[in-house]
Amino acid sequence: MENQVPVLQLKHITKRFGNITANEDVSMDVHQGEILALLGENGSGKTTLMNAIAGIYYPEEGEILVRGKEVSINSPRDAFELGIGMIHQHFKLIDVLTAAENIVLGLKDKRRFDLKAANAKITEICEKYGFDIDPNQKIYDMSVSQKQTVEIVKVLFRGADILILDEPTAVLTPQETDKLFHILRNMKADGKSIIIITHKLNEVLDISDRVVILRKGKYICEFVTAEADAQKLTDAMVGHAVTLNIDRPEPVDPKDRIRVKGLTVKNSDGVLKLKDISFTARTGEILGIAGISGNGQKELLESIAGLQKIESGSIAYVNEDGTEKELVGLDPKKITDLGVTLSFVPEDRLGMGLVGNMNLGENMMLRTFRHGHGLFTDRKAPYQLAEQVVKELEVNTPSVRTAVRKLSGGNVQKVLVGREISSAPTVLLTAYAVRGLDINSSYIIYDLMNKQKERGVAVIYVGEDLDVLLELCDRILVLCDGQVSGILDGRDVDKQQVGMMMTRLGGGEANE
Amino acid sequence: MNKVPLIHISRRKDIVWYRAWLVRIIAVVLALVVCGLITMVMTGLDPIKVYAAMIDGTFGTARRVWMLLQNIAILLCISIALAPAFRMRFWNLGGDGQALMGALGAAAVMILLGDKIPNWLLILVMVVVSIAAGAFWAVIPAFFKARWNTNETLFTLMMNYVAIQLVAFFVIVWEVPKGAGKIGIINQNSNAGWFPQIGGSKYLLNVIIVAILTIVMFIYMKYSKHGYELSVVGESEPTARYVGIKVRKVIIRTMVLSGALCGVAGLLLVGGTDHTLTTTLVGGRGFTGVMVAWLAKFNPVFMVITSFLIVFLQRGATEITTTFGLNQSYGDIITGIILFFIIGCEFFLNYRINFRKSHKEVA
Amino acid sequence: MFEFLLSFIPRAVSQGIPLMFGAVGETVTEKSGNLNLGTAGIMYVGGICGVIGSFLYETRTGVENMNGFLAILIPMLCCLAGSLIMGLIYCFLTVTLRANQNVTGLAMTTFGVGFGNFFGGSLIKLSAADVPSIALSRTSQFFSAKLPFAKSLGWFGQIFLSYSFLAYTAIAMAIIASVVIFHTKLGLNLRSVGENPATADAAGINVTRYKYFATCIGAMVSGLGGLYYVMDYASGVWSNDAFGDRGWLAIALVIFTIWRPAHSIWASILFGGLYILHIFIPSGTNLAIKELYQMAPYVVTIIVLIFTSLRNKRENQPPASLGLSYFREDR
Repeated sequence: MENQVPVLQLKHITKRFGNITANEDVSMDVHQGEILALLGENGSGKTTLMNAIAGIYYPEEGEILVRGKEVSINSPRDAFELGIGMIHQHFKLIDVLTAAENIVLGLKDKRRFDLKAANAKITEICEKYGFDIDPNQKIYDMSVSQKQTVEIVKVLFRGADILILDEPTAVLTPQETDKLFHILRNMKADGKSIIIITHKLNEVLDISDRVVILRKGKYICEFVTAEADAQKLTDAMVGHAVTLNIDRPEPVDPKDRIRVKGLTVKNSDGVLKLKDISFTARTGEILGIAGISGNGQKELLESIAGLQKIESGSIAYVNEDGTEKELVGLDPKKITDLGVTLSFVPEDRLGMGLVGNMNLGENMMLRTFRHGHGLFTDRKAPYQLAEQVVKELEVNTPSVRTAVRKLSGGNVQKVLVGREISSAPTVLLTAYAVRGLDINSSYIIYDLMNKQKERGVAVIYVGEDLDVLLELCDRILVLCDGQVSGILDGRDVDKQQVGMMMTRLGGGEANE
Repeated sequence: MNKVPLIHISRRKDIVWYRAWLVRIIAVVLALVVCGLITMVMTGLDPIKVYAAMIDGTFGTARRVWMLLQNIAILLCISIALAPAFRMRFWNLGGDGQALMGALGAAAVMILLGDKIPNWLLILVMVVVSIAAGAFWAVIPAFFKARWNTNETLFTLMMNYVAIQLVAFFVIVWEVPKGAGKIGIINQNSNAGWFPQIGGSKYLLNVIIVAILTIVMFIYMKYSKHGYELSVVGESEPTARYVGIKVRKVIIRTMVLSGALCGVAGLLLVGGTDHTLTTTLVGGRGFTGVMVAWLAKFNPVFMVITSFLIVFLQRGATEITTTFGLNQSYGDIITGIILFFIIGCEFFLNYRINFRKSHKEVA
Repeated sequence: MFEFLLSFIPRAVSQGIPLMFGAVGETVTEKSGNLNLGTAGIMYVGGICGVIGSFLYETRTGVENMNGFLAILIPMLCCLAGSLIMGLIYCFLTVTLRANQNVTGLAMTTFGVGFGNFFGGSLIKLSAADVPSIALSRTSQFFSAKLPFAKSLGWFGQIFLSYSFLAYTAIAMAIIASVVIFHTKLGLNLRSVGENPATADAAGINVTRYKYFATCIGAMVSGLGGLYYVMDYASGVWSNDAFGDRGWLAIALVIFTIWRPAHSIWASILFGGLYILHIFIPSGTNLAIKELYQMAPYVVTIIVLIFTSLRNKRENQPPASLGLSYFREDR
């Protein structure tokens, strides 16, 4: 294999977005029949680099060679013609079409439009590698893992022999991940080359033959997986030694703050998202919520924040004197009017927590604009707050008059968290607070959570990284399929146990 | 084989304000050149003379300047009325209908109560009725948008035609003399309900009222709580709900305001200048107002400039066409072309075009 | 009653045909994700370009020497060319320059309606022709030629066969558009562009090309509606603003037919019927009330809009990316 020409070579690739350099001078090779892991933190330029190969972006500088020949990939179609197929993190599927229609979409084929023949070929591919999908099912009726399967079959259908998977396991249960890895090994045995983008070390060690590490858009080094270990990879990935220990001060005098009883919620399509949830969040404590994404975390936080229509159950806010206020049926303004200071850092920062087209000051105003005199908003205080947040949380922005949408993910999050904490809340709800952030920013956020906890705030932290949940949280509530799978002590629990609870209520089957 | 695209487009991060204005000015100048050329081809006139004729047509006499101001005032009034709706991302294409309803309201009061109540009371009733009529016409689509997310673009548009038919109905009901099919000048002898003339011109009052409304609207949109709320609703409804803004309430409240101001435009036309009611009284300003507002990025102060530009073109073009006995719609063609250029130039504010150098020398 | 239907239906159909062209054209356009509010303007341009072509042909050749084939071909080509140019302007602005679709559409309407009325009002002067008004009655005769045996078939002929070739073209267009959109690979690709251009792009579909083609073809189909109106319905007489708001009703029809061109056949005829309903409702000497009856198509459109917003089936939604411009590198 060493003497063979690599199927894919990147030479000195540079890709810029405006003033930001996403990839700088990256060179790497991919060989036939190997699984290559592309490892790097969030924001290290992995996806951008792969998008350049898949024809989504065009690199400013550098060369791409496929099977030894220099090529110019201007569009995804060019990539397909070269046998390169990418499975994006956000699936590129059309909801209202069926699996088969999605798979044949865009095929240049002189023959008559023939979905039956396509169905036969799809079935053949499925049998060969062990997929399980119904070609005639509409995408909007499918689970996440089924959608991912459609994506992979789509790429194979087009005869791709270089497959790029962007964070394929982020949305899968452990069982689904095992199944996916099994399929990837089948494909490798069939001579396909696979690039898997990830930031999860255990997966790298589990599946890959070789690892390439990117940091801040640059190629750092590569390992043969058999010769690497978690420590080596981490060091290369983060650059300097990072203490993985997150502080966890002992809760001081925890008292009940929020009592949730029998909470049941349906989404707008009438699908049950939360079933009979009961738990208590206490002051001076971080309550972690674990679970595969989409198992009711969003609905749970939005219910407490007054943004969900609630079928049944109660959410009681416990005052200092032990009396209760019922929050069900109140909207965020009414909750504030009750004198409850509840802060919420939602998952979709620019879609819900902030307004992308407004500047930092105007975004600070979201919580306080009603404070002004009479008809008018108070504009001074929010801008002062913006200045303060920029300074204290080291937000990287040209000024407080810059539109938030122009900031990077980490800075957007700092602005949001900064604002939410500034109102001195008694309850802090956070959803995926460190998603998309680099390690340093993540630690700043953990630190802020702990400070709030020490102030006696009841913090609810929805997270996806189990390691962080286990190190940060005092208690962990595990959600599965919209139900409480268990509430565990964060100091006395192992990861496997949480992992089991996350999947137990699913019924053991991989699908659904 | 090695096809490298010659042009590569990327999104701009930011553009300095003076470059942005430079791009816009270049677009307008280019558009004027193109319009000049087209006019030359049509009429055989020297383009310089064409523009001279246009400037003469707009500024030539005191009367023309007043007409210019009056037209700007009405167009601006409708534009500032539409601005908050558009800032809220509510496509109110019903400016024509809402203004027409305002006009209908004012005319109805003038005709029915003309000699029955004192003039000051009459004018007061006219103001109230026309504002209410405009607001009512706007609140119907707003209600359905807020409640069921009904497509407001077409809804407001259809409301225009319903308003036109309604006016057509009343024009026949109130026609003077019977069988004429038109109303003529209302209260020609008594002048009841006619707005007082100030400064010896019937146009000045309208101009002053609109100027005040423009400033008020600027402050409302920029500094008031309502203005902030409607911006948040326009940018993101989930965010609005997240901070407890009642989206439905804001939609309805903003449309009441939008319709009410359109009603004022109708009132100014009937009570202030025209003193009559026809189905074409508003003359498509509801549409033009959309573009005036959009070009000014919904900033009421910039709308003064954009509405001036549009009115100047239309009046100039009218001047040319009357001189040459051509059809008046020429102004619409010119306006269309200018709009194409200004709409197109936004691209250069948001995107950067990079010409790729061949990188053969590396090999 | 039967007598009434015999006279009502053919008139409703001929009123409905321009709407049908417009609705089919707009559906094809919208399926690519382009919401073209300029349809009203395009139909004006299509109509007036046909008028210009045939006016020049009629005045140059003389009414006696006109060739039936050319008399149809020339206006038709002029109409298609004019509408195509409008489609290209729209595409250039919204697809290539990624301008706001609604504003572009409104500007197109201003331009198109102005263009139609200007040439309608000034054509005689501009071409220095020696005629009092534009009345292309000879050309119109060619356009409105009907099947010769229609009359001999009694009521059947009158209801189904008494129309000109453009009317049948409209119906054929609606059926063809339906088949192409829902049963061919081309249609699958087009729908995917309108639903999710990023996905279509990733699948190797040339989004820009599909948007251009669909919008331009849609514009040309819509333009034929204008041509039909002036040549057949109005017997070759152009009057300014006569075409009115039909372009907007055509856009409303697209929603009414939930983006299925075949449905626009009956829906257009229904709306055509509403358009002329006021003529058939006896109102005696009360002329004013007739004006109120003329509200019918608009009021019905509003009711339809409300009802479509009440039902929320997944299949009945507009193309998901309708009204949005697409830029591949947007993150």
